[in-house]
Amino acid sequence: MTPLLFVLAVGAISFAAGTLGSLLGLGGGVIVVPALTLLLGIDIRLAIGASIISVIATSSGAAAAYVRDRLANLRVAMFLELGTTSGAITGAWVAGMLHPRWLFVLFGVILAYSAVAMLRGRRVAREAHHHEQRLAKRLALAASYYDDARGAEVEYEPTRPMLGLVLMYLAGVVSGLLGIGSGVLKVPAMDLAMELPIKVSTATSNFMIGVTAAASAALFFARGQIDPFIAAPVAIGVLIGAFTGSKLLGRLSNRTLRVAFVIVLIVVSVQMLIKGLRG
Amino acid sequence: MKEQEPRWADLAISTLLRAGVITSVTIVLLGLVLTFIHHPRYVTSHTALRELTDPKGHYPHGLEAVRDQALDGRGEGLVMVGLLLLIATPVARVAFSIAVFSIEKDGTYVVITIIVLLLLATSFVLGAAG
Repeated sequence: MTPLLFVLAVGAISFAAGTLGSLLGLGGGVIVVPALTLLLGIDIRLAIGASIISVIATSSGAAAAYVRDRLANLRVAMFLELGTTSGAITGAWVAGMLHPRWLFVLFGVILAYSAVAMLRGRRVAREAHHHEQRLAKRLALAASYYDDARGAEVEYEPTRPMLGLVLMYLAGVVSGLLGIGSGVLKVPAMDLAMELPIKVSTATSNFMIGVTAAASAALFFARGQIDPFIAAPVAIGVLIGAFTGSKLLGRLSNRTLRVAFVIVLIVVSVQMLIKGLRG
Repeated sequence: MKEQEPRWADLAISTLLRAGVITSVTIVLLGLVLTFIHHPRYVTSHTALRELTDPKGHYPHGLEAVRDQALDGRGEGLVMVGLLLLIATPVARVAFSIAVFSIEKDGTYVVITIIVLLLLATSFVLGAAG
């Protein structure tokens, strides 16, 4: 393969990753890493470096549209970033002490559980604790967005912010430990614990993942894991993909989005279990 | 109900993100084009890719190296400048949010956002040390 052909191939794959990532609140690492390593024979360390660039480009590119369209909830994002950033520091801190093998297995099991839980949908009217509701009010998390698919303004009131924060902390630990984007954990946490509409969960996750990734990106850059020749077509392709995807999100039905997300959860879960069990 | 106008705070943050990604990716694209102009053999060579994607490659990965290469007009250096700008965009967004929440006189969120920025700074420092 010539370098020119390589750039075009990586650009096309990244376009797909950016589109899917912007719709589902993920950074696109799910696509970028296997495509670079398995299809194009790139070293895993450089592939991870490129995927962190993919996360940041998806996040900022898509969030630019989602914040304007009120799909991403700024307050929910800022509050939960307290959890993700402190979790990421903890994760990086304990990374050397734990064997990643069992973490991959654990992570795979958690994702499989999330997939089942998200597919079953929510139990109706779970009682939230009073002090949790007070906190949600105090943080002014309630908001509304205009849903293109339904053609109506949708109002929503996030529940259980403390549970959401704890789950985000754990998601942050996982990102810090395993060096993967944690959109696959952020979306279920917002969906299951805080009961946000799925579109708001994926859009808000998109808004948040860039911050988590930026912290790791600095480390990867210093270690020389960011190869400009691989990262350049990734950044360009992903950004165009993210702009495209962010125009679509409003028009997709919540049901389609939920099913698509569950499929990705299952794929990542299997990837993680294989990685862990093979050692 | 009709679609509402975006709030100014949302618009401001959205504009910052858009400007950040478009500027950085434009620089990346220029750098990539420049790389091909300086190395025409990359269009046809079947061996060059191995060197370009070698994990022990010669691409710049210190701030000084990136700066020197970019000032020399080397494509790889310019790509790296664009990528660093891309990495800085979400961090700039957090910093900028502090100003937005202060203008909105939202004390709780000013505090939350400052803590997030400090946590981010901590992880950068730990990353540089580790």
